[in-house]
Amino acid sequence: MPRVTPLHSRVGPLCQGSRWEEWSGFLTATMYELDHLHEYNAIRTGCGLFDVSPLLKYDIRGRDAVTLMNRVIVRDAKKCRIGQVLYTTWCDDDGKVIDDGTVSRLADDHFRLTAAVPALHWLQHNAIGLEATVEDVSEQIAAVSIQGPTSRDLLAKLTNADLPNLRFFHCTQADVAGADAWISRTGYTGDLGYEVFVEPQNAVKLWDAMMELGDSYQMRPAGTVALDLARVEAGLLLIDADFISAAQTMFDVQKTSPYDLGLAWMVDLEKDFFIGQRALREEKEKGSRWLTVGLELDVTVMEKFYAEWGMPLHLPDRTWAEAVPVFADAAQTKHIGRGTSGTWSPVLKKYVVIARLRPEHAKPGNKIFIEEVIEAVSYSVPATVVKMPFFDPPRKKAWGAEAK
Amino acid sequence: MAAHDVIVIGAGHNGLVTAAYLAKAGRRVLVLERRESIGGAAVTEELMPGFRVSSLADGPGYLSARVRRDLKVESRVEILASDSVAFCPQPDGSQLTIWRDQARTIEEIARFSRADAEAYPGFVELMSRIGDVLGALMEMTPPDLPEVGMQDLRGGLGLFGPLRRLGRKRIGDLLRVLPMPAEDLLSEFFESPVVKAAIGASAMLGISFGPREAGTAYTFLANWAQSGNGLFRSAGVVKGGMGALTEALGDAARGFGAEIRTGTPVEKALVRDDRVVGVKLADGEELEARVVVSNADPRTTFEQLLEPHTLDASFTRNLRAIKYRGSSVRVHLAVRELPEFSALAGGDAAALRGPIQIAPSLDYVQRAFDCTKYGRCSENPYLDVLIPTLSDPDLAPEGQHVVSITARYAPYALRSGSWATHRDTFADVVVGTLAEYAPGIRETILHRHVLAPTDLESTYGLPEGNPNHGEMTLDQFFHMRPIPGYARYRTPISGMYLCGAGTHPGGGVTGIPGHNAAREILADAK
Ligand SMILES: Cc1cc2nc3c(=O)[nH]c(=O)nc-3n(C[C@H](O)[C@H](O)[C@H](O)COP(=O)(O)OP(=O)(O)OC[C@H]3O[C@@H](n4cnc5c(N)ncnc54)[C@H](O)[C@@H]3O)c2cc1C
Repeated sequence: MPRVTPLHSRVGPLCQGSRWEEWSGFLTATMYELDHLHEYNAIRTGCGLFDVSPLLKYDIRGRDAVTLMNRVIVRDAKKCRIGQVLYTTWCDDDGKVIDDGTVSRLADDHFRLTAAVPALHWLQHNAIGLEATVEDVSEQIAAVSIQGPTSRDLLAKLTNADLPNLRFFHCTQADVAGADAWISRTGYTGDLGYEVFVEPQNAVKLWDAMMELGDSYQMRPAGTVALDLARVEAGLLLIDADFISAAQTMFDVQKTSPYDLGLAWMVDLEKDFFIGQRALREEKEKGSRWLTVGLELDVTVMEKFYAEWGMPLHLPDRTWAEAVPVFADAAQTKHIGRGTSGTWSPVLKKYVVIARLRPEHAKPGNKIFIEEVIEAVSYSVPATVVKMPFFDPPRKKAWGAEAK
Repeated sequence: MAAHDVIVIGAGHNGLVTAAYLAKAGRRVLVLERRESIGGAAVTEELMPGFRVSSLADGPGYLSARVRRDLKVESRVEILASDSVAFCPQPDGSQLTIWRDQARTIEEIARFSRADAEAYPGFVELMSRIGDVLGALMEMTPPDLPEVGMQDLRGGLGLFGPLRRLGRKRIGDLLRVLPMPAEDLLSEFFESPVVKAAIGASAMLGISFGPREAGTAYTFLANWAQSGNGLFRSAGVVKGGMGALTEALGDAARGFGAEIRTGTPVEKALVRDDRVVGVKLADGEELEARVVVSNADPRTTFEQLLEPHTLDASFTRNLRAIKYRGSSVRVHLAVRELPEFSALAGGDAAALRGPIQIAPSLDYVQRAFDCTKYGRCSENPYLDVLIPTLSDPDLAPEGQHVVSITARYAPYALRSGSWATHRDTFADVVVGTLAEYAPGIRETILHRHVLAPTDLESTYGLPEGNPNHGEMTLDQFFHMRPIPGYARYRTPISGMYLCGAGTHPGGGVTGIPGHNAAREILADAK
């Protein structure tokens, strides 16, 4: 039986269709209204408020906390300043991604890691020989995420934190709605946004305070369907959609390295030893099997395919996440990879897909074909390789004077 | 240029054997030993004033014939064989002695069971055959099992050669027998509990298992394979104690040009780009070498001498999984006069020159073990006793004797209390148990020196007091010792090797790990 989060007394009644799904063992709303588009629009034009309490959170403390972080993640934890947050993956010995998440440095000897799949055992096991403790604080900390252009202004009403000077991927301790909180300028929407972490007993107070201001800032509570749409626009990967955890499959073909996932920028081969380093060095030298990139589909051609059946163009109004074949040619003779998640982007007015392709076909501007099945017939829709993120508004990173 | 080609960390007997072979092959070898004396678990020390004892190991019989020959051990030290292999006094005042002489043993056994007496020769024959095969496997470098295949087949049937010799039917026997409890194996041949215990008990000396536990038949056979006398255990002592044997190995190494420094603990092996470059001593001095060999156990080697957080996660997971858990206490007694065993009254005093086993039945041994499952010491311990001064009177003042006891079972990890307080309580139980068989002994005791599992760890560097640098169980043998994929004396750090009892074929003063490691090091240099 899934359990409920500390915010259930609030999100429960709001979830009109009782459209719940399970996230790390907790009930989480997929959408609050019967359709997700209001929620999506709120994220891009006002702001969306999410209950992200089920997020798995681990505190790593001790003299060797930085060494433990560095053993596990592919980025250099030594370079992470206090108050900085890193997006990172962690890998197995073969350099295959186990999970991705964020690492925040809360103090010199204190890191907090967020994860999608349970990581306690992995972290504890890897603390071998180190003076570092690992604690699962998932249920000791509730969290809301407020995402969208008005999020800063709304949050500013409730906190003493210097929000304009809190930079993207940084965090700070502050008072929010009368409670001790950590504010982290992160999220899963590629927009201006914040995650606010508080003790569970303060969660409702925080939520209520935000809801009270909500109308003035076009805020809506938002669920996972709207979030999933926003994250594809932002080019952010999702476990079990864009990759499978190396810890959850026995088959090498299903495992992916950070290079395969287009995350080469985060792999620091020069830093101290980390798990998978040897394998990733080798992979860097020999080349990777895959590269993850963005695709923009040619919907005018798609429209013609539908017209052959006397149908209007059909576009997905929410993110699909399944393996869709990608080919080098319209005749579908040369298979070169797969789309892993895709959606019609309302804000961009484009059909965008996250795809994992053979590197030689993954150069931006390259024309390829992705399968679209209409009435059980397979069609090849032309698409162009593009860089991600698809949607990247300046407000996402703006700070200081630009953030007024 | 570095002053040494090879640094060996630890002057246990295996470190000395490795050093000797490498020096013999022309390498400039430096051995660094933490303690003031060499020998590791095979040392003679004056633990009680005027009485020199083999602190831990006292039976030299397991030393491999090849090492003896190559290092001319016999010309350097005198090994005194014993005709008696196991003297087993019984609570009812009777006794059974197993002799090297089979005819004599058969007569002894017949007093307990005619059928067992008849079964004995066939049993010895079969066990010896299987033991020979295991013995051959012990001398080889195990394959990396997931990769076993063409390479090993081409390599002169390395693995399968010894097995082939056994013949098809006996390979079946071997595979059937290894995972069995020792007690089941013995019960297939013998009916008398006394006979079964006389033959089977000593297999439990080095493992934290009782004879009814699965896999102990393997331990039994492994002992057989290495006893050197065609029987289940070796018997005999070294003149001057076990330390004289390791001194002899040290002399052999020095004779080939190796240098040995005692009182020199190594703090770290120095690694650059996944390659060993030397060692750092506890006093801060750094010594260079392209090859570093660790005689320390795997846990000490990888968790202390190396930086475990620089090793692969799968490796450290396997490292953590190595079971140590020692369960022996050593009790040394200095006695005014030779203990009198009531069971021997009028019998052949030569029976006392070999090991004395206080283990009336395998059930008794099993019950002694059972307590350790719950973190308690046995109240009726199984004792393995040796009176070395019967063969080597020089160890003690004239007319007086040393009685050295390995007492089982007493777990390293106690459920309640600590070894600081249990040490003497348990030693009292041990002496009390012995006194049931040698009634006057208490009054003759001049000194007593007790070594608890925690002392084995702190003084002799044996983690959790395990005598073999990791349990000698079926799941920790051959290609799985110490870690699957790393059973070939090599480590993830190139140039860094293991040569101690934690590697194949394991513990005991055999010298085989040391020999095999040297062979692999020389092979890599080619
Ligand atoms: C109570 C008991 C009874 C036994 N009885 C017998 C027996 O009768 N017959 C038999 O064959 N076997 C017996 N054994 C088993 C046998 O003694 C051991 O398995 C064997 O001696 C191990 O030898 P080794 O050279 O591999 O390791 P060890 O003898 O343990 O040598 C390792 C050496 O490395 C040194 N070292 C460790 N770390 C460092 C460092 N950082 N710097 C420098 N030096 C270091 C240690 O001080 C030690 O000298 C017995 C063991 C025990 C405990």
